[in-house]
Amino acid sequence: MAKRIDVSGLSAYYGSHRAIDDISMTVEPRSVTAFIGPSGCGKSTFLRTLNRMHEVTPGGRVEGKVLLDDENLYGPNVDPVAVRRTVGMVFQRPNPFPTMSIFDNVAAGLRLNGTVRKSELADVVERSLKGANLWNEVKDRLNKPGSGLSGGQQQRLCIARAIAVEPDVLLMDEPCSALDPISTLAIEDLIGELKERFTIVIVTHNMQQAARVSDRTAFFNLAAVGQPGKLIEIDETERIFSNPSVQATEDYISGRFG
Amino acid sequence: MSHAAIQDTPTPLPPSAGGKSLSSRGLPRWAPAGFAVVGILVGVGIGAAAGLDSKVQWGLIAVVAFLVTSYVTTTVVENQRQARDRLATSIVWVCFILAVIPLFSLLWTTISRGVKSLDPYFLTHSMSGVLSSQAGGGVYHALVGTLEQVAIATVIATPIGLLTAVYLVEYGKGALARAVTFFVDVMTGIPSIVAGLFILSIMLMADIQQSGLMGSLALTILMIPVVVRSTEEMLKLVPNELREAALALGVPKWRVILKVVLPTAIGGITTGVMLAVARISGETAPIILLVFGSQLINTNPFDGPQSSLPFYIFEQYKVGEVAAIDRAWAAALVLIAFVMILNLVARGIARWKAPKTGR
Amino acid sequence: MASTTPTDTPPAPPLSPRSGTSTGRAGDKIFSGLSKGSGILLLVIMASIAGFLTYRAAIAISKDEGNFLTTFDWNASADPPVFGIAVLLVGTVISSIVAMVIAVPIAVGIALFISHYAPRRLAAPIAYIVDLLAAVPSIIYGIWGAIVLVPYLAGLNLWLDQYFAWTYIFDQTQPGVARNMLTVGILLAIMILPIVTSVSREVFLQVPRMNEEAALALGATRWEVIRLSVLPFGRSGVISASMLGLGRALGETMAVATVLSPSYLMSLHLLDPGGGTFAQNIAAKFGEANGVGRDALIASGLVLFVLTLLVNGAARLIIARRKEYSGANA
Repeated sequence: MAKRIDVSGLSAYYGSHRAIDDISMTVEPRSVTAFIGPSGCGKSTFLRTLNRMHEVTPGGRVEGKVLLDDENLYGPNVDPVAVRRTVGMVFQRPNPFPTMSIFDNVAAGLRLNGTVRKSELADVVERSLKGANLWNEVKDRLNKPGSGLSGGQQQRLCIARAIAVEPDVLLMDEPCSALDPISTLAIEDLIGELKERFTIVIVTHNMQQAARVSDRTAFFNLAAVGQPGKLIEIDETERIFSNPSVQATEDYISGRFG
Repeated sequence: MSHAAIQDTPTPLPPSAGGKSLSSRGLPRWAPAGFAVVGILVGVGIGAAAGLDSKVQWGLIAVVAFLVTSYVTTTVVENQRQARDRLATSIVWVCFILAVIPLFSLLWTTISRGVKSLDPYFLTHSMSGVLSSQAGGGVYHALVGTLEQVAIATVIATPIGLLTAVYLVEYGKGALARAVTFFVDVMTGIPSIVAGLFILSIMLMADIQQSGLMGSLALTILMIPVVVRSTEEMLKLVPNELREAALALGVPKWRVILKVVLPTAIGGITTGVMLAVARISGETAPIILLVFGSQLINTNPFDGPQSSLPFYIFEQYKVGEVAAIDRAWAAALVLIAFVMILNLVARGIARWKAPKTGR
Repeated sequence: MASTTPTDTPPAPPLSPRSGTSTGRAGDKIFSGLSKGSGILLLVIMASIAGFLTYRAAIAISKDEGNFLTTFDWNASADPPVFGIAVLLVGTVISSIVAMVIAVPIAVGIALFISHYAPRRLAAPIAYIVDLLAAVPSIIYGIWGAIVLVPYLAGLNLWLDQYFAWTYIFDQTQPGVARNMLTVGILLAIMILPIVTSVSREVFLQVPRMNEEAALALGATRWEVIRLSVLPFGRSGVISASMLGLGRALGETMAVATVLSPSYLMSLHLLDPGGGTFAQNIAAKFGEANGVGRDALIASGLVLFVLTLLVNGAARLIIARRKEYSGANA
C-alpha cells in the first residue's frame, strides 16, 4: 500500500516564472512528512507536483523526476489521472461536492472506478467514514448534503472521500487552516492514525502542528520575493525543531524570521 | 479494476502491492486528428457511393463515423473511462464546428452574392422608377431611412437607459429598484414584433399615420433595456473607493456620478450603446408595421413612409425575381458590414478603454 | 489624498447650509429625480404595452365570429371576421421546441468547449466568433435560410422520412420543398445558439476552482470532472439560458416569415410544409389587414407577449435565485 516518494531535481514553473527550484528529497512510507516555510516559498506548489495537480493550473509545468517506489510520475506513458488515483489529496478549504449527499461524496471516487454494487459501496463508505473518525457523527444522515456539515466535519468528509479509493499516498495542503482548534485537534489525531496505512505529506503554516504530527519536517525558503523557492533542509522533526543544521531554519522556527 | 496493469507497457512495472500501474498504453497525440480524417473519409465515401446529393447528409455521416471510431478505438486501446472522456471531447469539438459552419456559410453567401450588385450606383440611388423585376436601382433611400430611424431611437433611448442604470446602481433600493431590475430583464426578451404592435395600437387609437418616427419609437423600446443592462454592468465595475474618495472631498453625489463614475465607465458604456445600435439596425418586424416601406427617398422621418435596410432586403426577397434577389443580397452585405463594423469598433473600444479594475 | 484636503480649506464653508449645499442639494434632487423617473418610465412602458395590447385585443375578439382559441383559420379582414390562434400557438410552440432540442445540447457543448476544452489562447476568439452569430440581423438569417438552407435540407428530409417515418413527426405526408417546421426549427436553433452559449459559458466559468480540484484529485478524467462538479453546479444556469433562448425563438419573426410556406392546417408532421407562428403570421397578414384585421393581429401579438413574458420571467427568476444561493455559499 504505502509507497516511498523519491524526488530528484524537481523544478516547477508558472509560465516562465520558476516557482520552485531543483528540489530533491525522499519521503518514507508510513510516515508523516511536514512542509513548513514562509508564504510563497513554494511548498504548496511542490506538494501539487507530487500528484500532478500542478499542471492543472494554467501555465503550470514541471521538470525533474518524482519516483513513486520505482515509477516516475512524469514518465512518458504515465496518465496523470492514474497518478491522482494513487496519490490522494486534501485541500486547504473543505471542498465536498455541493450537490451530493454525504454518502455520494465518499462514493464518488469508487463510482468513477466502476464500482457500482450498492453493498460494496456501502461497505467502503462506512469503512472510510470510520477511518476518518466521522462515522458516528453522520451515520444517521448519510443522504443529507455534505455541505450541511460543519467545517471540521466537511474536512474529515473530504479525507474519507480521499481514502475511499485506497491511495498509496495522501497529500494534505494546510488541511486545518480554515478550521477551529477543536476540529484541528480531531484532524491531527486522525493523521496519527492514518499514517499506519498511508504515506502522508502535509503542508502547514503552524509550526506546532508540524512538531505534533510529523516524523520528518522539510523547511522551504526563498531568497527574495520573485525568486524560486528552495528546499533548505529535511530531517527528523525533533532535530529540525531542536538543533537544525542550517541557520535559516533556526531563524524561522524561533521567529527571528523577517 | 478498469485501470489494471497492462502487460506490454514499455516501462518495466514494479511489483507493487495494489497491482496498480501509473502508466498505460495510450493513443498518440495525433489520434483525434486521425479519427477526424477517418470520419471525413467515411462521410465522403458513403455520401458519394450512395449518391446522396445533400452535403448535410455527408456531414452527418462523417460526424457519426468520427464519434464511433474514436470511442471504439479508445475502448480497445485504452479503456472505457478514457473512451468516454474522449467521446465527450469529440462531441464538444463537433458542437463547436457545427456552430461555425452556418456562420461561415452565411457570411460567405452574403459576401459572394452581395458583391455582384454592390457598387457606388447601388449605394447612391433609390428604387424610384425601377420595376422590381428589372436590374438596377439602389439602396440609398433605405440607407437614409435606417440611419434616421436608428439615430432617433438612439437619441431617445440612450439618456433614458443611462439614467435608469444610474438609478439602479447609485440610488436604487427597495421594491421599486427590484421591480425595475426585473422588468428590464423581461423587456430584453420582448419580441420586436410585439414592440411594433404596441406602437401600432397607439397609432390606431390616436389616428397617427406611418412614419420613420413610429419605427424609431418601437426601436427605442428594444434598445432601452440593452443600454440599461450594459451600463449597469459597467457602473458596477467602478470601484467604490473612487466614489468614497470623491464624496469625502465634499463633492455632492450627483457631481460624483457625473464627473467621476460615468467618465470612468465611459468606454464600456459607449460599447454597450454601440452594440445596442447594431442590434436595432437589423430589426425588420417593427418597420413592416410602422414605417411601411417606400421605393422613394424620403428624408423626413416625421412624415410619410420610409424604407430601411432590413425592410428593403425583405421586400426584394419577396419579389423573387433574379434581379431583386441580387439586390437583397447586396443590401444584406451593406447591412451586415454596418453591423459588424459597429460590433468590432464597439469591442475595440471596450478593450481599449477597459477600466483597470476589470479582470 | 482625501484626508489631506479638508485641512486645505477653511473649516466653516463646507458646513454652512447656504453656500456649498444649495447647488449640491438641488442638483442631487434633480439628478436623482431624473434617474428615478427613467426607472419609473420603464415600468410605465411595460404596463402600457400590456394595457394597449389588451385593449385593442378586446376590440378584435369581440368582433370575432369564430373562436379565438380554437378556430383553425385567419380571415380577420373578411366580413364577418373569423380567426383563431390555435394553429399559430401550436406552430410557435413546435418550432421553438425543435429549436431548443437542437440548440441546447450544442450550446452546452460549445460552452464547455470554450470554458474547459479549447486551448486557452483560442478560447476568447472562439467566444467572440459565437457572439458574432448573435450580431447577424434576423432578416439575413431569413434569406440565408430560405435560399441556402432550404435546398440543403431537402436530402435530409427524404432521409428522415425514409428511415424515421415511424416516429410520426418525421413522416412526410405531402412532398415538397423543405419550407417546413423542421427547417424553421433548425434556423431558430442557429439563431438562439449564441445566447444559450454565452449564459451557459458564464456559469461554467464560475464553477469554484476547488470543486473541480476535488474531482481531479480523486483521479477523475476531464469528462468526469465536468460530470461531477461542472454540470451539477451549472444546471440551473443552463436551464435559465435555455429559457432565454426559448423566449427568442418564440418571438422570432423574419426568419420564420421568409422560410416557412404557411398554412392554417394543424399538423405535427414536421416535414410537411405549412403551419405558422404568431410573429410570422403578423408579418405576413399585416399588409392586407383592414381595421379589424389589424386588431386581430394585435390580439395574437398579446398572446405572444404573455408567452414570452412568462418564459423570460421564469428564466430571470431562476437566475436570481441561483445568485442568492451561490452568494450564500461563497
